[in-house]
Amino acid sequence: MEPMVDIQTMVNGTEVTARVPARQTLVDFLRYGLELTGSHVGCEHGVCGACTLRLDGDVVRGCLVLAAQADGARVETIEGVSDAGELADLQAAFHARNALQCGFCTPGVLLTAQALLESNPAPSRAEIRAYLSGNYCRCTGYHAIVDAVESLAVGGEGTVP
Amino acid sequence: MSDTGLHAILDRPNSYIGRSVPRPNLRRLLQGRGRFVDDIRLPRMVHVAFVRSPYAHARIDAIDTAAAKASPAVVAVVTGAELAAYCTPWVGVLSHLEGLKSAPQHAIAVEKACWQGEAVAAVVAESRAAAEDGVERVSVQWQELAPVADMERALDAETPVIHADLGDNLAWQRRFEAGDVDAAFAAGTVVEETFSFGRHTGVTLEPRAILASYEAAEERLTVYHSNQAPHMMQNIFATHLGLEEHNVQVICGDVGGSFGIKVHAYADEMAAAALSVMLRRPVKFIADRLESFVTDIHARDHRVQGRMAIADDGRITGLEIDDLTGIGPYSVYPRTSGIEANQIVNLTGAQYTCENYRAATRVVFQNKVPMCQYRAVGHPIATAVTEGLVDAAAAAIGMDPIEVRRRNLIADDAYPCKAPTGLSFERLSHQRALARLVELMDYDGLRAEQERRRGDGVYLGIGIATFLELTNPSAMFYGVGGARISAQEGCTLRLDAKGNVICMAGVTEQGQGAEAVMAQVTATAVGVTLDRVRVITGDTDVTPYGGGTWASRAAGIGGEAAVQAGKALRAQILEVAGIVLQAEPASLDIRAGRVVDKADGRDRVGLDEIARIAYFRADTLPKDFQSELVATRHYVPKQYPFAFTNGAQASWLEVDIETGFVTLLKHWAVEDCGTVINPQLVDEQIRGGIVQGIGAALFEHCLYDDQGQLLNGSMMDYLTPMAAEMPDIEVAHIETPTDDSELGAKGAGEAGTAGAPAAVVNAINDALRPLGARLNAHPATPERILAALGTVAEG
Repeated sequence: MEPMVDIQTMVNGTEVTARVPARQTLVDFLRYGLELTGSHVGCEHGVCGACTLRLDGDVVRGCLVLAAQADGARVETIEGVSDAGELADLQAAFHARNALQCGFCTPGVLLTAQALLESNPAPSRAEIRAYLSGNYCRCTGYHAIVDAVESLAVGGEGTVP
Repeated sequence: MSDTGLHAILDRPNSYIGRSVPRPNLRRLLQGRGRFVDDIRLPRMVHVAFVRSPYAHARIDAIDTAAAKASPAVVAVVTGAELAAYCTPWVGVLSHLEGLKSAPQHAIAVEKACWQGEAVAAVVAESRAAAEDGVERVSVQWQELAPVADMERALDAETPVIHADLGDNLAWQRRFEAGDVDAAFAAGTVVEETFSFGRHTGVTLEPRAILASYEAAEERLTVYHSNQAPHMMQNIFATHLGLEEHNVQVICGDVGGSFGIKVHAYADEMAAAALSVMLRRPVKFIADRLESFVTDIHARDHRVQGRMAIADDGRITGLEIDDLTGIGPYSVYPRTSGIEANQIVNLTGAQYTCENYRAATRVVFQNKVPMCQYRAVGHPIATAVTEGLVDAAAAAIGMDPIEVRRRNLIADDAYPCKAPTGLSFERLSHQRALARLVELMDYDGLRAEQERRRGDGVYLGIGIATFLELTNPSAMFYGVGGARISAQEGCTLRLDAKGNVICMAGVTEQGQGAEAVMAQVTATAVGVTLDRVRVITGDTDVTPYGGGTWASRAAGIGGEAAVQAGKALRAQILEVAGIVLQAEPASLDIRAGRVVDKADGRDRVGLDEIARIAYFRADTLPKDFQSELVATRHYVPKQYPFAFTNGAQASWLEVDIETGFVTLLKHWAVEDCGTVINPQLVDEQIRGGIVQGIGAALFEHCLYDDQGQLLNGSMMDYLTPMAAEMPDIEVAHIETPTDDSELGAKGAGEAGTAGAPAAVVNAINDALRPLGARLNAHPATPERILAALGTVAEG
């Protein structure tokens, strides 16, 4: 029998009690257990950033954390952070600037960009590029993403398009 | 304002054509509420994982499935021989690539595996994890066979033949000659280079994904598929699974990137569909990243020897190429793996006036992942070879590389004209594009800075690439060769009961903005505001027949279908309005969703009112009149087999000669895709394409050992372009509309990828020139740069 673990966790502000396979990753639990499919699975080895989510406020890779590790923790996914309105400015900037094409990397990019702007409200283009260097995007070539984030930098040269 | 001119649609009032309006479908993606295949769950759904060959070439002596069948939550374990009863094999050939041959390929290998990663058995279970547990318990008895790894030796007499029935490992070859090539090389200064283009792959962030659901009672198959061409796949599923085509529905919802990766019939996807028929329940297959590297088609893998003859006045007088490419063990179905080689023969040197041209290509089988069409098919190779030779020739006669290009690019007033290979060019703007590029990048300023910094030991390089792009293909591309790949595109527009317009289109959305473009054209052609248009794509039960998205065709061909459907629906609406208003329909127009007097724009009635009367109060209309508020139009290019576009790119970079590392400082592109429907979307296609080309030029390489084993099949080991290393990219446009359509739009999806590798590698060579070093191997890795400098030995 597959070893199971009981967990109690807060997901997007709602308390969740579940019995999960001990080997299940957090992103798989969110996607297949809770049907929160906004966190995407791109590589399952921590490189691409598509599964980015928040664990106790920190931006983490959902494929490198086990669901069992979320026991007693606070998990926030793109759906929850978006509904809370926290990303509204970034989402508007990304929309106006067409800083997404297929949209598969976008949840991870948005959460990472938000973390950057919180820690550094006025990043340069080079700093934006460096901070997002763990989020793979095959479509845009990154220029538009950098533009969109830069447009929200306080006192920067960028403007909301 | 004219209703009848060649490009009348461009004169519509309140036009959305040429405007950077935001894409309507982005909100759900920004909230993580897209609907990708893996987001869909169906009742009784099971998951499949595959047992894959660890060898590049091996006979399957026996497969023991007993332990896997006893594994928890496993539903079925199926071998190739068992699945063959549900899915017939296919052969990837096209009759117009005369002589192209390939062997029958099964959904799951039956007798032997021909590449490392080919599926030899399927395990179906209640979860993907349980299926993978089952895979580990399948035991295969292998008999290793000698692999064909090196394409250079694939045709040697002592090399084993992969498919004995084919006689040899030569899939296809083509030779072409025009003019007097020998005389040209006898007279001019001659440069000669050998170029290599490593295998790379698409690495779509969403891996390949399929969910097939068979309803036995109706013999009906529904397939949710991350794919570019739903109607093509509908035909392929029906053909090989023995179903009626109208009983197969293919739905392509949100697709997480495709770039040509998701336009082929993959064996494991066919297997998933066949398993659904066999097991009579929904079967999901999502490739994980490690299996993507050994099953997604690979691209390129060419070695090209090139020669160019140039006169002292800078005229290119002769060009010769000899191309060799390794395509893996099968020509991929249904597009075949011969097209890229064919494109290289057709496109090399085609931007220049030189008429003495000789080309040869050989396409060989080998035991590696199958190779097929990926973004910009053949273009990056043709461009890198041509433009690499031009730079070498310019250096040989001591002329500035811009000046050599000016003297040889086809003049902007020379059209229509033909290339030596017979390609027809309607109207291109090579000279203007190059002039615009020189101005945009401040070429003279950069040359001065380069010179100045060399004094400080800093090696900066400028690389130029002029190029063509094949777009808007007619049936001459695939249909003529017997493939059921539609070149024509359909669009249906329907007025709803509130006066909104529903647009159903055969083109598909991969993130490039096809739905936005269709909405813009529809809104313009009918005369409504953009928020009144809803676009539906990617469902064979709903949309008119079409080819989908490939070869930079969605905007140009799908867009024209929308123009014609929009005009037809407008006429139908105005017919009703004419009756209601007792006016001549020809005296009326539709603007911003209101019927107005055409002459002075006076407001008459809203489309909501027209719809209300037509749908609910037909009793108030004349008895001999029936309103029709839905229109379908189809379009295929007719005057030209392809709408060629053109452009020029420049790369500005620094090479650290101590480490071999390249720092990209800036990239510029000037591009002419005819009518620009949405400038922002075109710019982003160009930028994304350029970065894909940069990946090929600097990083991406599927490395194999001499046993045909892929050595770097993970994202830890295979380098893709990331944000920190990429430059800012400036894009400018020239607009030369095609007269083949009213819209005048040509394609833009592949131009960036076509030119970027040539520009980057030329810039590296430009930086290294004072040191007497040169390299023509893509990707130009630090190791290869140091080898070119003589710092380290050749790897």
